Amino acid sequence: MSASHSVKRGVSLYSYQEEYFLRKLTLEQCIAEAAAIGAFGIETLAEQMMPGFPRLSDAFYEQWHQWMARYNARPVCHDMFLDTKRYKGRLLSEQECIDSIVRDLKHAARLGCKVMRMLVFVSPELLEKCLPYAEQYDVKMGIEVHAPWHFDHPWIMRHVEMIQRTGTRHAGFVPDMGIFTRRLPRVLRDRALRNGATPKILDYVSQAYENGVLSEYIVAETRNMGGNAVDMGYAEASRHNVYSQPKRLLEFMPSIFHIHAKFYEMLEDGTEYSIPYDKIVPVLIQGGFDGYLSSEYEGNRHIQDAFPVDSIEQVRRQHAMFRRLLGESTSAVA
Amino acid sequence: MFDKYMICENGFRNRLAAGEVGGFEFGARLPYYRGLGLSMVENIEVSVDGQPVPRERLRFKLRERAYTLTEMETAYEEVWEMGEVAQIQVLHPGGLSPGPHKIELAETLRISYMPFPITGRDTKTLTLAG
Repeated sequence: MSASHSVKRGVSLYSYQEEYFLRKLTLEQCIAEAAAIGAFGIETLAEQMMPGFPRLSDAFYEQWHQWMARYNARPVCHDMFLDTKRYKGRLLSEQECIDSIVRDLKHAARLGCKVMRMLVFVSPELLEKCLPYAEQYDVKMGIEVHAPWHFDHPWIMRHVEMIQRTGTRHAGFVPDMGIFTRRLPRVLRDRALRNGATPKILDYVSQAYENGVLSEYIVAETRNMGGNAVDMGYAEASRHNVYSQPKRLLEFMPSIFHIHAKFYEMLEDGTEYSIPYDKIVPVLIQGGFDGYLSSEYEGNRHIQDAFPVDSIEQVRRQHAMFRRLLGESTSAVA
Repeated sequence: MFDKYMICENGFRNRLAAGEVGGFEFGARLPYYRGLGLSMVENIEVSVDGQPVPRERLRFKLRERAYTLTEMETAYEEVWEMGEVAQIQVLHPGGLSPGPHKIELAETLRISYMPFPITGRDTKTLTLAG
């Protein structure tokens, strides 16, 4: 382990969703797998792998802490959801939203997590109203800066303004590295091809995205080229993805609590096809980031129609890359 | 996502026991990476051998409790967990004939952080034992 930085490694168990969905891995096995590759920081989605949430038993939480001890793992982040559309025909009131968030803060605290991922659609006004509860439970609420939002997007700038105005240490950010998608995922292109897209149009969209062409122009040009529905869907991917400047993380580093290390496809050469981690990790080190780089594998949804999914191998490859970029001894962990 | 796993390969059977309205059922899962309260399952649509099943003939059975689609709309506490198999029941007196049947399933979900509902679709040909 290099002593020159404090970046730690973890896994969001979201990464193993395919195997969990098919009941090939249990929650405990997901934790054990992360720990086995030296990714000791565990991030969880209660609504994914903790059936019965929000009414989990005391026995569940005891079991959870036993697992943490057994695998030398640490609870790091709970990913909240907020069902504003729970009732047909009306949205949750503000008070109902606060109640739901407090419910999640309590859960995060019981897990032992110091960070809670907030969905990006949570407004700065709602976030501010939850600050007293976040302080009470001592859980930091991190807005997930998720593509196509990015740090210079007006919605996120409003969160920044609230955080600066209040001086709070309990609200900040969990940037998703999908905001640094330099190339559209190859797995997305290949799936579009299987679904009947036009190769020439896919090539155009991929190249135009890499060239930084405005997504509105990409969509319009795809329509001009006579793109079919699948082609148009791929062109729309240029709207849903974004490549912003990794160095922008530096300005916000004091309020970055946790990193979603999003990825779609780890190649055999130890790089990610779309997201340039060799540009991102040095920025985290330079900025003194002392939280967790938490894997978030999301390639399964693009390949599962045609190929077996091996999330375990994909996450292992990503951590081999992280060990290299973080200067950890490669022999330390299998 | 997970669309291809919505209809389960196993569990397709007639329901003809005494005391039941005859029909058939198959196992189904959510096309989503987390569990969802039943009130947010906006719609379930089923076709069998190309024939759409009227909404009032559908039942959704989760952990031994069967709901009409209208009852699901106000089932606020029950969660269809991620990857959990529920039974989609179709009221169809006499059940289906043995042999292969093409089942089409669409599940529309109200996901709060998305600006519109998402619909997952799966089609499988399942064989009913004789």
